[in-house]
Amino acid sequence: MSIVRLLIGGATPRALALLAALLAFLVAAPAFLGPYALSVAILILYFAFVGQAWNIMMGFAGQLSLGHALYAGLGGYIAAGLFFHYGIGPWVGAFVAVAVAVLAGCIVGYLGFRFSLAGVYFALLTIAFSEFTRIAFDHWTWAGGSGGLFLKVQGGVTDILNLRGGATLFYYAILILAVGAFVLCRLLLESRLGRYWLAIREDAEAAQAVGVPVFRCKMIAIAISAALTALAGVWNAFYYNNLFPETAFAMGRSIEITLAPIIGGLGTLFGPIVGAVVLTGMGELFTDLTEHLKISGLKQIFYGLALLVIVIWRPAGVWPWLAKRLGVEERGR
Amino acid sequence: MSGARLEIEALGKRFRGLRAVHDVSFAVPAGAIHALIGPNGAGKTTIFNMIAGVFPPDAGAVRLDGRPISGLRPDLVCAAGVGRTFQIVKPFKGLSVLENVTVGALHRHADLETARERAGAILDALELGDRRHQLAEALTLPDRKRLEVARALATEPTLLLLDEVMAGLRPTEVDRMVTFLRDLNARTGITVLLIEHVMRAVMALAAHVVVVSSGEKIAEGTPAEIARHQAVLDVYLGDAAGDAA
Repeated sequence: MSIVRLLIGGATPRALALLAALLAFLVAAPAFLGPYALSVAILILYFAFVGQAWNIMMGFAGQLSLGHALYAGLGGYIAAGLFFHYGIGPWVGAFVAVAVAVLAGCIVGYLGFRFSLAGVYFALLTIAFSEFTRIAFDHWTWAGGSGGLFLKVQGGVTDILNLRGGATLFYYAILILAVGAFVLCRLLLESRLGRYWLAIREDAEAAQAVGVPVFRCKMIAIAISAALTALAGVWNAFYYNNLFPETAFAMGRSIEITLAPIIGGLGTLFGPIVGAVVLTGMGELFTDLTEHLKISGLKQIFYGLALLVIVIWRPAGVWPWLAKRLGVEERGR
Repeated sequence: MSGARLEIEALGKRFRGLRAVHDVSFAVPAGAIHALIGPNGAGKTTIFNMIAGVFPPDAGAVRLDGRPISGLRPDLVCAAGVGRTFQIVKPFKGLSVLENVTVGALHRHADLETARERAGAILDALELGDRRHQLAEALTLPDRKRLEVARALATEPTLLLLDEVMAGLRPTEVDRMVTFLRDLNARTGITVLLIEHVMRAVMALAAHVVVVSSGEKIAEGTPAEIARHQAVLDVYLGDAAGDAA
């Protein structure tokens, strides 16, 4: 079966047309978006990308990770540290970053899956690893300790080799990552491995009884998820130019990675994207509103209420509902 | 597809001191249909779980065509040729009926399209074809039982372990399942071991019956012999029945 057929098989012409239009819009966006709108678009793509990465574990394989900041933080720190100390560019640094994050993921996965920690117990393990890595980085001078690691900002320079440049560069970088992750997830879902993940998510014991190597499949899920999340971390470090253990490995960072796929629809390919649009859009709207009304803290209250309403209104996520409205439902999983 | 010979030798299992299975031996010849019966708590499902690799036996061995399989992980036992159903059905609830069976078919056919075709054919044979696009959670209990059988068969086993697949079925449905299994056995030569309380099905299907009680084998023989066996009557009807007889 050809890759093309794998990618678009089962999609209606209408769905493909909408997808092509969306892609064209995204490619052309920097030409007509202002600086503010572009920064929002960048944020949306970032959350769509990390959401896609997290969704592989939770949405596909059913393993709840609440410590994904670990992989993003490790990825960011390693690529930024290599660049800062040795001038090694992020294209090379990313490989090291991914390798380290995958190793970390495999350690977490081995402990969790070998000893059959399930559900919230596995989640606690992921939180623990993220937390003690944060404390370790607080004291690691190579990585700047608690004082943080800063990359030099050079105004007006565009250096693709070292990922230095303006918003447009970072927009396209995260767009390529997001599209790549989407394609990868689609190919994975339409493979034996993807189906095995879904089976494990639904019932691991029954899956193993029909020959699914449960442990191995879970390990592959966490490795791929950690690798993608590490790339998001690398991108993040070079976009913001600073890293602090308190934020890079924060619980809040882990939680925000989970929100887009949950709001958009767990286990769906478009869920993380739709969720990222809804969340980022809402976040910006409430920021504006708060500034307008001059009441601090209002943003968080609105944000929390809005999430509550969405979760109650559409417990399976916004995407399945939206897909029905657009007439492009994702095929039977 | 053909059947494999199953040999159970001096199998034993304890759960925290409780003797669940003790010194149970029996064999199912290739291509035969045998039944494993006994009162609730006799250790039937524990024996199944040891064959299927859910946990290793404390003593004894399980052999499939002479090859030891006890102690292997469930997915490797499946690869060795054992398909099993669960007494308390375990459908992949959030997946469609077709995808449930496809997961099983993927075990021997890595290509998704091929696996789907195989799954579709098995569903048709089990009269679930028209429900293939429903979510498994929407199925009624009898259909879920059939789905268990379909998913196990999709792995192309040489030995099929059926754990009370007739329970909860109406008599006409029992007859249809019996017919299906008998045809399947005749067509493919697959070996079948079934745990069953529905005697109508046991009598119609099994050439040979093994009876366990309190973890031990108390009798085995043809269904007719078993129906007359004093120890069996005792455990099923109580000693009073034996005394009266």
